[in-house]
Amino acid sequence: MRITCPHCGRRDVAEFTYQGDANRLRPDPASTDQAAWNAYVYDRVNTRGPHREFWQHSGGCRAHLAVERDTATHAILSVSYARDSDTARAGRRP
Amino acid sequence: MSAHRAPTGGRIDRSKTIAFTVDGKAYAGHPGDTLASALLANGVTLMGRSFKYHRPRGLLGAGDEEPNALFTVLGPGAVREPNIQATRIEIFDGLQVESQNRFPSLSFDVGAINRLAGKLFSAGFYYKTFFGPEWIKGTRVWHVFEWFIRRAAGLGSASAARDPARYERMNAFCDVLVVGAGKAGLAAARDAAEAGKRVILCDSEPPSPAATAEFAAHANVECLPRTTVWGHYDDMTFAAVERVADHLADPPAHLPRHRHWVIRTKEIVVATGAVERPLVFPGNDAPGVMLASAALRYAAEFAVRPGARIVVFANNDTAYAAAAGLAALGSTIAAIVDVRPNPPEAARALAARAGAELIVASAVVSTAGGKALSGVAIAEIGPDGAPGANRRTLSCDCLAMSGGWTPQIQLAAQQGAKPRWDERLHAFHAPDLPSGWSMAGSAAGDFDLDEGLSAYPAPVFEIKAKGKAFVDFQHDVTADDVRLAHCEGYVNVEHMKRYTTLGMATDQGRTANLAGLAIMAEARGLTPPEVGTTRSRPPLVPVSLGAITAERKDDLKPWRLTPMHDWHLENGATMYNAGLWSRPMIYGAPGETIEQAYVREAAAVRSGVGIVDVSTLGKIAVQGPDAPEFLDRVYTNLFSTLAVGKARYGLMLREDGIAYDDGTTWRLGDNDFLMTTTTANAGKVMQQLEYYLDCVWPDLRVILTSVTDEWAGAAVGGPKARDVLAACVSGAKVDDAHLPFMGIVKGEIAGAPVLICRLSFSGELAYEVYSGAGHAAHVWEALMAAGKPFAITPYGLEALGTLRIEKGHVTGAEIDGRTTARDLGLDWMLSKKKSFVGSAMMDREGLFHPDRLRLVGLVSLDDRAINGGSHVVDSLDGEKATQSLGHVTAACFSPALGRYIALALVKNGRERLGQRAFITDPLRGRAGPVEIVHPVFVDPEGKRMHG
Repeated sequence: MRITCPHCGRRDVAEFTYQGDANRLRPDPASTDQAAWNAYVYDRVNTRGPHREFWQHSGGCRAHLAVERDTATHAILSVSYARDSDTARAGRRP
Repeated sequence: MSAHRAPTGGRIDRSKTIAFTVDGKAYAGHPGDTLASALLANGVTLMGRSFKYHRPRGLLGAGDEEPNALFTVLGPGAVREPNIQATRIEIFDGLQVESQNRFPSLSFDVGAINRLAGKLFSAGFYYKTFFGPEWIKGTRVWHVFEWFIRRAAGLGSASAARDPARYERMNAFCDVLVVGAGKAGLAAARDAAEAGKRVILCDSEPPSPAATAEFAAHANVECLPRTTVWGHYDDMTFAAVERVADHLADPPAHLPRHRHWVIRTKEIVVATGAVERPLVFPGNDAPGVMLASAALRYAAEFAVRPGARIVVFANNDTAYAAAAGLAALGSTIAAIVDVRPNPPEAARALAARAGAELIVASAVVSTAGGKALSGVAIAEIGPDGAPGANRRTLSCDCLAMSGGWTPQIQLAAQQGAKPRWDERLHAFHAPDLPSGWSMAGSAAGDFDLDEGLSAYPAPVFEIKAKGKAFVDFQHDVTADDVRLAHCEGYVNVEHMKRYTTLGMATDQGRTANLAGLAIMAEARGLTPPEVGTTRSRPPLVPVSLGAITAERKDDLKPWRLTPMHDWHLENGATMYNAGLWSRPMIYGAPGETIEQAYVREAAAVRSGVGIVDVSTLGKIAVQGPDAPEFLDRVYTNLFSTLAVGKARYGLMLREDGIAYDDGTTWRLGDNDFLMTTTTANAGKVMQQLEYYLDCVWPDLRVILTSVTDEWAGAAVGGPKARDVLAACVSGAKVDDAHLPFMGIVKGEIAGAPVLICRLSFSGELAYEVYSGAGHAAHVWEALMAAGKPFAITPYGLEALGTLRIEKGHVTGAEIDGRTTARDLGLDWMLSKKKSFVGSAMMDREGLFHPDRLRLVGLVSLDDRAINGGSHVVDSLDGEKATQSLGHVTAACFSPALGRYIALALVKNGRERLGQRAFITDPLRGRAGPVEIVHPVFVDPEGKRMHG
């Protein structure tokens, strides 16, 4: 499996570290809603098919990438910087 | 020249003779021989004993498909590599091999008595036997039987000696990967090479003269002989193993034994050929019965006559061509027995050319002979494969059989799609292939045959005569075993495979799978494609574990050495590997034990001054306008309120509220922080912080830089520490007013700029002196010189650990991924003024449970050492002796107390202070009484470090 890093180009998966599901949104930091935090920390949907996830190019530029990967075929459908993803945008200060 | 070897022909070099031994007996062969061809040329037909029944076995095949002739290759030294196919071993001078699964010898094998107990060893034997009848349950009698059974059934045994061989890993990229250097593979490689593409051509066999000659001139073609492509992985990545040095008598030191190739390609051409199938009939496993293609190969390539008088038994035309070839190479073809009533004219012509009697609509129904074949019995058969009553015997010393052809599609089938059934070939083709893949030659069902001949067989897989008829030779699975599995309900092919073990041997059922499927299909009243085939997975040939691990074992692992490393070695340090780092454990004086050394070092810190190398701590520069806000979010305590020029101890939690890492962070400027982490977690913390900035809070203007290797550090601690610094630091004052506890100053030592922070892990008055890594050894030596009048003592990890245990400071042994800040007595670090990573989940009910393990101290009451990892129990007697209250995380002899002490995590520990308990360590046979005490043994008020 290879991932095309927007900064470094196409590299082997060995250069990357999986950094988790990119669909989950961190609750508001001040929130004490235990159900929401529980869902954020523990709940995952074991998707078959296209899945949005974070990968860090840890053996390269160290940027986190938002990768859409088909979990059944390991085809990489899209790659962009994680900073520009919807998930990351949700963490910006209002 | 032996009677079995022709005087001319073949690829062997008759001008040289090679000496090798089998079971200590000497044999001779020629360069170009495999062990199989050389033994055959020496008249050896018995080459192994079968897995369960210990039946005598000879060669069935001539390549990767060989199931019977497995040997253990000896050496170098005590190394034994078992289960290597004789067809894969290229002989060299001094080669030593042993036969397998026999006692006391291959020709006289006691285990052959298993043949009489054949019914006992049928399919599912293990499952049935080890259930056992009710009365035997709970007894150990089956363990005794198991010992005998495991000795009786099996293949070779490996050695426990360390493998001295070196293995290598190689990455390669190409436009076209061609697997197989037969006719079709060569043609594909040629086409790609001429189109200017980068080509890698892999073949399992030794270099073929044709490929070598053709591609010598092509810079864009890399030929990899002795290389088997064994696995397909995502994104057109392929794994291959190259047997680099197995065929060399005296391999040069620079060559690895095997090389693991990871090949990334744009296109692949699979030209792996087809394997001929045996026919299933009683006695089909006798030595002397082999595949017609293998018989021809031995004669053509190695100039070895597989027999003087050969009978051919077939259900298709290709065996006629083999018969004609064998006749041309000097064997007598006594007869061709064909199950078909009407073989085509071209086949009949070949039979005539071979001088063979053609016997149609007939089949071999039994074989005679023991260690060598003496004859076969034949009978007429009906269309269903059932033989008639009349028998005729033919004398022969070799039976060459052909049950049709199975394209070698395993590599393509590893993609997971279902293979396609070919009604005429009676075999599976590769599944529909995605772009970039193609099959060529007989792997694609395209057989290179003369006009009028066909590879399509009559659909007869099995001759149903009485007796053991083998389907899987290597695992001793018979046609009746497959039917038994069907009777017992294992009708799915994957179940049938696992129940009978058909196709699960080292040959992966290359010659066996299709007949097995066909017999199961017939039993179920279905066709083979309806039954389906088993899933193909890597590796498709046995691969040495050494090759897969290759240099990742240790060769290429980096060593991390601090700038003071050479000094440590020159000054008597015993080094200790902590992760990738090498750190001083003790600086032992002559005659000192480890305990004496660390006690002396730790005592010197408490009474005078000591110095320790702390360069391995993780260091991260956290810079930017939002750096204070960022640190407030990731640490449990506040950093935005920290004054410039001050440091603070910080604790990080995980999102689930469990403690993650700790360290001090120094504020060097308004927007400039130097964070330190534990040595072990440096990389993980960096990655975690990067994650938060990229994925959670992308608007924070913070830059993170790992500066672990840029800064080196020396911690100087003890009542005389200030005197040492005062003697060598210029450009800064180090008295209590200018450099208070947790204060930072910039100065110089011996001309090198340093950053000094007054903080303490030992609990003494202490300073961490940081300098650029390039200056660090110089600074260290200057500190040693300045400390000389104060008898400064370098100390290692053991003393560092002792000092921190005495102070109750936690490390990774206590921050173990299960403990919370409260468990560790760090509640005071949890800010109530802000939210931080982990704050939302750290107050969950379960994390307040009274039974949680909490940090305490232990004092040994029997004046004996406490072992790390011991359990803490209420009593050493009765039930309570095995009810753990917790465990010891770190232990030492405390020079400050003069006692053996420890830190421990104990259930509800803070409520047990002052109580007596016991430590127990049954593995090392140590148990004894302890007192549970507060974890800070020395100077609980912190007067010493504030002094």
